[in-house]
Amino acid sequence: MSYTLEGRTGPWEIVVGLEVHAQVTSLAKLFSGAATEFGAAPNSQVSLVDAGFPGMLPVINRECVAQAVRTGLGLKAQVNLWSRFDRKNYFYADLPQGYQISQYAHPIIGTGAIEIELGDGTVKTIGITRLHLEQDAGKSLHDQHPTKSFIDLNRSGVALMEIVSEPDMRSPEEAGAYLSKLRQILRYLGTCDGNMDEGSMRADVNVSVRKAGEGYRTRCEVKNVNSIRFVMQAVEAEARRQIEVWEEGGTVEQETRLFDTGRGVTRSMRSKEDAHDYRYFPDPDLPPLVIEQSWVERLKASLPELPDERRARYVAMGLTPYDAHVLTLEKETAAYFETVAKGRDAKVAANWVTGDLFAAINRLKTSIAEPPVPAEHLGQLLDLLADKTLSGTLAKAVFEAMIETGKSPGAIVQERGLRQVTDTGAIDRMVAQVLEANADKVAEYKSGKEKLFGFFVGQVMKAMQGKGNPALVNEAVKRALG
Amino acid sequence: MHPTDFTLRGAIEALNEGLVTSVELTEAHLRAIEALNPRINAFTTVTGEQALAQARASDARRKEGIAGPLEGVPLAIKDLFCTAGVRTTAGSRILGNFIPPYESTVSANLLRDGAVFLGKVNMDEFAMGSSNTTSAFGPVENPWSRANDPDTRLVPGGSSGGSAAAVAARLALGATATDTGGSIRQPAAFCGIAGIKPTYGRCSRYGIVAFASSLDQAGPVARTVEDCAILLRSMAGFDPKDSTSADVPVPDFAAACARGVKGLRIGVPQEYRLDGMAPEIEALWQQGLDWLRAEGAETVEISLPHTKYALPTYYIVAPAEASSNLARYDGVRFGLRVAEKGSDLKDLYERTRAAGFGAEVRRRIMIGTYVLSAGYYDAYYLKAQKVRTLIKRDFDAAFAGVDAIVTPATPSAAFGMDEKQDDPVTMYLNDVFTVPANLAGLPGLAVPAGLDGQGLPLGLQVIGRAFDEETVFAVGTAIEKAAGFDALPRLRAGAV
Repeated sequence: MSYTLEGRTGPWEIVVGLEVHAQVTSLAKLFSGAATEFGAAPNSQVSLVDAGFPGMLPVINRECVAQAVRTGLGLKAQVNLWSRFDRKNYFYADLPQGYQISQYAHPIIGTGAIEIELGDGTVKTIGITRLHLEQDAGKSLHDQHPTKSFIDLNRSGVALMEIVSEPDMRSPEEAGAYLSKLRQILRYLGTCDGNMDEGSMRADVNVSVRKAGEGYRTRCEVKNVNSIRFVMQAVEAEARRQIEVWEEGGTVEQETRLFDTGRGVTRSMRSKEDAHDYRYFPDPDLPPLVIEQSWVERLKASLPELPDERRARYVAMGLTPYDAHVLTLEKETAAYFETVAKGRDAKVAANWVTGDLFAAINRLKTSIAEPPVPAEHLGQLLDLLADKTLSGTLAKAVFEAMIETGKSPGAIVQERGLRQVTDTGAIDRMVAQVLEANADKVAEYKSGKEKLFGFFVGQVMKAMQGKGNPALVNEAVKRALG
Repeated sequence: MHPTDFTLRGAIEALNEGLVTSVELTEAHLRAIEALNPRINAFTTVTGEQALAQARASDARRKEGIAGPLEGVPLAIKDLFCTAGVRTTAGSRILGNFIPPYESTVSANLLRDGAVFLGKVNMDEFAMGSSNTTSAFGPVENPWSRANDPDTRLVPGGSSGGSAAAVAARLALGATATDTGGSIRQPAAFCGIAGIKPTYGRCSRYGIVAFASSLDQAGPVARTVEDCAILLRSMAGFDPKDSTSADVPVPDFAAACARGVKGLRIGVPQEYRLDGMAPEIEALWQQGLDWLRAEGAETVEISLPHTKYALPTYYIVAPAEASSNLARYDGVRFGLRVAEKGSDLKDLYERTRAAGFGAEVRRRIMIGTYVLSAGYYDAYYLKAQKVRTLIKRDFDAAFAGVDAIVTPATPSAAFGMDEKQDDPVTMYLNDVFTVPANLAGLPGLAVPAGLDGQGLPLGLQVIGRAFDEETVFAVGTAIEKAAGFDALPRLRAGAV
């Protein structure tokens, strides 16, 4: 059943399109050699070009173009061999040139698509309209001084990819799933780090509502939403606001709005009448951007495996679709899993990563980027399980010890003598002792209380400090009880 | 021979032969500036001490046996070129006391080749003007005056009026200039000197304060065609810091001057015969063609059918780009700031830009903003770009049959400072012969060819194929030789 919001006049469908600004992962800015590192001292990463000094000229950074092309290829989109930079003119204190260099009329990447998977397991395709390269502006700080505004130009000139979707999303969930998937693809490609809290990814959310079967009604744009959760909240809040306007006999005006995360509502930023006339025109400082098909092919050949492909490969390796999904969400998780699974049973590796490892990460409040045990060590643990050096129980104990000490499983097994006992003679002797000490229970068992079997196994394991091979112990108990 | 009377080539030879030192040349020019600049107002900043230090260093290098192609030659630098540590104004109040921490590529190339900089020369504000009367630092006076009316002060042309006047008055051996619609060729013609706007992309625009990026091009002015060739060779060259600079070899332009014109086909565009053009301009043009024919060239009538649209096209494209290029002068990071306490950002912009920009610059910003605005873009900017393409095609077609095109450089000789100031369009008409080469990106040279009835210099223009400045220099040199132009301006070093 499709998602609707209930108004006084009945159900409303919502229509969502996203414009995502993703900071290109590159050492230098789009048109200057200044660094792009996050968190540097204000105005410490600014070239004369970024500060708009007289006579300074932009020179395109080839790596930023390559990143845009890689992203386009990752979005299965058309790569335009001829594109062009335009100037978007407006005055603001943190826009040193008085214009932003952007690709307005001729973007480097054309139409593409992203597949999103929804909670009920259905897969939906969201169209990509375009991707273009543009410069970021600087940052104005209005809270540093009672009467002055401060300006930090570190971001000025940093390369952004603006990725525009079709208005194909119909629920907050779909908008969230789209943004997650886009972020996942960018992170796999290494073209954007996806750190939304550092501003590396921001979304402008276009929302409208309509009755079933209608064409599009007027949309509003909610600017600069900086988390997936807020995007989902903003979609719903803005849709509810518009429903109310329509239902009260009003008209939704096209405008730019901001999402107030504290109050969970959107508020007007500027109306269509106040909209800037950006006076776009081709930047005469930059010739058209012409790239070779052969270069695109080379970039394509060197693309990393993308989430959808990787997930399919994991399923082919025998993983459940769910495990394959979970393991591919973050490329760091997938990389960890692959190290553990290399040359080993993939299903066992997946169980350990999604089970014990994830539990430990949650418990210790760390992340896969800083795992509680190195992937190599977990792999070695799996080897000790496979060659029956360790039982499952012992392995869990060793795993905890690995977390505590940081040592390899081999070293822990050695130090603590945790090696599993597979010597059937030793096991038989221990079984005999246990049965002898519990002669009354043996009698009860023999008179039909068969559930005592587990008790005897448990007592033997306990006596062997958990080191007995569970299967061998089982067999020995069974044998001894006749 | 007085050191200010050398041609640039002559000075280089004299320096090479040890007849004069760079310090002597530099001192002589600084003295001339001191004597004449209060009247002519060609220099906005004189860097005497720095010039002498450069000259001493140059003489020392020469003693060491190291001498660049321009070793020890004193030059003037148009105040549109950013010069490290030296105030750069673009002829505007809005740059205030802006001292760039960087050197433009063109001026850096000249320094690399051993040149000495006497200072920065006056210009129309942001290179917008044809009379050097829009400068925030006052008008420049043309060193020439009318024979029968010596008291009427004449304009040197613009926007490189300071460059042309300084060279004509012998205050420098040569000067850098820039040309967006005629700003090298028109003042060169008005001041009786040579000047070339090379092919777009020949000289880097890095560090030159931008007026209209798709048209701006640096070039030299000097007293002979060959001097221009020598300077251009040093100024030109591919620069990775300018994406529009051309990665083509820089030939020995001076060597091309002596090629002669034998066998060349010279195009004569019929559309440049304007109604009501002064008969003496028409006569000079014919005279120039006769000279070339006498030297073995063939002249061919050609058609450049879209010529009449060049000026209107230019006055859409150039202001459009300027309106955007000049947005950075906002009082926030450098230059002039006019702010009222407690007022907001918009107020800062309005006060700063109203106080900082002169009337002509404001007019062009407004025109440019208008032609780019929503609803007008297609009718003006887009249409102008289409016409620009047609103008380029006119030249492409013409150059299929000719090697160079010869036209008058200007529709008149220099005019009085108070003339043509009432109607901006009258002023814009000065560029009617020069603007097409900018729109097409082609090289254009102005060469002095004669005097009008008032004794004022008149120039001819040679337009060439893209990156074929060599032919342009050859044709220009042939005209120069045949003209034997040896008249001198009244205001000049040593004469007053």
